[in-house]
Amino acid sequence: MQPFIQFESVSKSFGSMTVIDSLDLTIHKGEFLSLLGPSGSGKTTILMMLAGFERPTRGTITLDGMRIDQLPPHRREMGVVFQNYALFPHMTVAENVAFPLEMKRLPRHEIARKVARALDMVRLGSLKNRRPSQLSGGQQQRVALTRALVFEPRVILMDEPLGALDKQLREHMQLEIRELHKRLGLTIVFVTHDQSEALTMSDRIAVFNAGKIEQIDSPHAIYDTPRTRFVAQFIGETNLIEADVVNVQNGHATIALGADLAAKVRSGPELQAGQKALFSLRPERMRLGAEPAGDNSLGMTITDCIYHGDHMRVQLARGNFTFTARCERLAGDWTVGTQVVVSFDPRDCTVLTS
Amino acid sequence: MSRASARERMGALLLIVPLLAFLAVFFLWPLWTMVRASVVDNTVSRVLPRTAAAIVSWDGQGLPPAQVHKALIEDLRQAEDQQALGETVRRLNSAVSGFRTLLTRTTNAVRDETNSGAIDLGDLDRRWKEPRFWLALREAVPPYTDRNLLAAVDMKRDAGGAIVSEDPGASANRLIMFRTFLVAAIVTLACATIGLPYAMLAAAVTGWKRTVLLLAVLVPLWTSLLVRTTAWFVLLQNEGLINGALQVLGITDGPLPLIFNRVGVVIAMTHVLLPFMVLPIYSVLLSVPRNLMQAAASMGAGPLRAFWRVLLPLSLPGLMSGSLLVYMVAIGYYITPALVGGANDQMISSVIAFYALGTANWGLAGALGVILLLVTMILYFIYGRLSKSPQLLGA
Repeated sequence: MQPFIQFESVSKSFGSMTVIDSLDLTIHKGEFLSLLGPSGSGKTTILMMLAGFERPTRGTITLDGMRIDQLPPHRREMGVVFQNYALFPHMTVAENVAFPLEMKRLPRHEIARKVARALDMVRLGSLKNRRPSQLSGGQQQRVALTRALVFEPRVILMDEPLGALDKQLREHMQLEIRELHKRLGLTIVFVTHDQSEALTMSDRIAVFNAGKIEQIDSPHAIYDTPRTRFVAQFIGETNLIEADVVNVQNGHATIALGADLAAKVRSGPELQAGQKALFSLRPERMRLGAEPAGDNSLGMTITDCIYHGDHMRVQLARGNFTFTARCERLAGDWTVGTQVVVSFDPRDCTVLTS
Repeated sequence: MSRASARERMGALLLIVPLLAFLAVFFLWPLWTMVRASVVDNTVSRVLPRTAAAIVSWDGQGLPPAQVHKALIEDLRQAEDQQALGETVRRLNSAVSGFRTLLTRTTNAVRDETNSGAIDLGDLDRRWKEPRFWLALREAVPPYTDRNLLAAVDMKRDAGGAIVSEDPGASANRLIMFRTFLVAAIVTLACATIGLPYAMLAAAVTGWKRTVLLLAVLVPLWTSLLVRTTAWFVLLQNEGLINGALQVLGITDGPLPLIFNRVGVVIAMTHVLLPFMVLPIYSVLLSVPRNLMQAAASMGAGPLRAFWRVLLPLSLPGLMSGSLLVYMVAIGYYITPALVGGANDQMISSVIAFYALGTANWGLAGALGVILLLVTMILYFIYGRLSKSPQLLGA
């Protein structure tokens, strides 16, 4: 894939506060990139600089090889979907969608044709004469999306577009946007603080923290092989344990988790014996049983069980060492106080050395 | 409805009783008095009640029947209030000249003890045989009249009762009314021209800048009228700051006439009324999401087109209600035109004050007031409709 948008050592400060610090970012044509991070991590600032509402303090942004960071927003050809939709309240649905086409000075009949086709595509044709205030949240969201797509912008920018919708509608819209992305081959930059949204929709996710990108990778890689403590904690749930590397051989390492606890993990080239490390294991990758199984088996005691409907959350302890496991169901006679064996695959463990 | 909620409602009603009483005594009652004064005309019927009752049965053809004569004689005998009688005489004499001598003579005659028997008015004075005196009397006795309302718009009834225009030059009410509406319109336009960008600026900035901008527009409202007007004297007079500056800069040779004329009135009124324009627009703009303009820009609208297509239409409801508000207040302005205006800049309120305080013509003052009130009420109705129109902002 060719680089389409490129941020090169971009910094942004508001007064004395640096929001983005020397950031490099490449976005490919046709990809769905999510910018994920807690609020204040700088992800929205990136989007605003891309749209032209903010200018970088330092650094350059190029689109298709052309510098755009000094270009005013109305000449960047980027469709923006805002969290509050930013529909024009004094215009009907059709007038809202026609607006970007009128700005392009297209002939009237062509505008009418494009508006009708775009509205039919999102099944809003029958509502074209309504005003935004007469629509539900989901309908407004679809109008905003249509309006951002209809003028065939080079990039679609979305700033937490689904944040104001309820859970069911949000999940439905996630699928709809994903489907549009695939069908139209759009380049989408999507800002969100909702990790599951980022995981389900994106080709790649850039995880932001304090103005820097912690990791940029496919959803799979972000979840399974987080490269920093922040990413491991921010994405999903995990058991993080300070550990020591005991020895490394044949692509495997032995990690001491506590005084009498050790685990065998898959090892990359970066691990060395004697190193301090951070051991990470997802709750759903643990199996609870009566007998030891596989490379890693630890005898532990159940200290709590929490029922979540589709799964159980089990708190386990051994001495002052605790784990949280997630299982679909428990054997009937397991209650608080029961001794169980926790086993997990070396490939499911992540060891961070930084 | 349960008894408890009825009691609650009664309690709420009791709380607003002082307000209602205040409004009734200091607003509704004077208003009612003014409206009544414009249409009530009981000068004659108060002094001549029996005549007034009897004369309505006369069809106006020839001379009235005998009982009208009898009633008039009785009324004149009984009339105690010399001042009221004098007013009646004046009122009738203004309709038909000669009535003064006729009535004085008749009154003296009927009160003469020697004439205690039946009196024939026609024998007493030949003029009672002329229908025009009786017609004038019949015209004057109804308790209600449209005389004042017609006079307020420079019209009158001719001898036959048809409505005609007053002779040109006899009265200037129409001219002054036109002038009032014109000055108010100019002031409204000036306020809109200054107020719209001002409100947009105030809505766009934040923090102390917004506070300063809003204070700057509100301070004139809180300043004493006389202080404000004196300030305008200092600024606008021939040797004032503005003329001085213009001459120093070489823009004008001599002083521009800026005070005691229309220019001064418009400047001073615009200054005072600006808040009524700025605040409605400002409050409308505050409810407009900031990123609408960003959205417009992202769709290819340059700043000017985004303003024209998005910001301006969205501020229109505020502009409309601001304009109506300014216009309504402006047509009632009195002190400012009186102080900084010339003789040809007086507005309708000055005329009302003139009739009410100067000549004690409460009827005409009331009639002019009624017209002003009507215009204001119509505008207020439009304002009410506009300010809650849901279509414009989609609230």
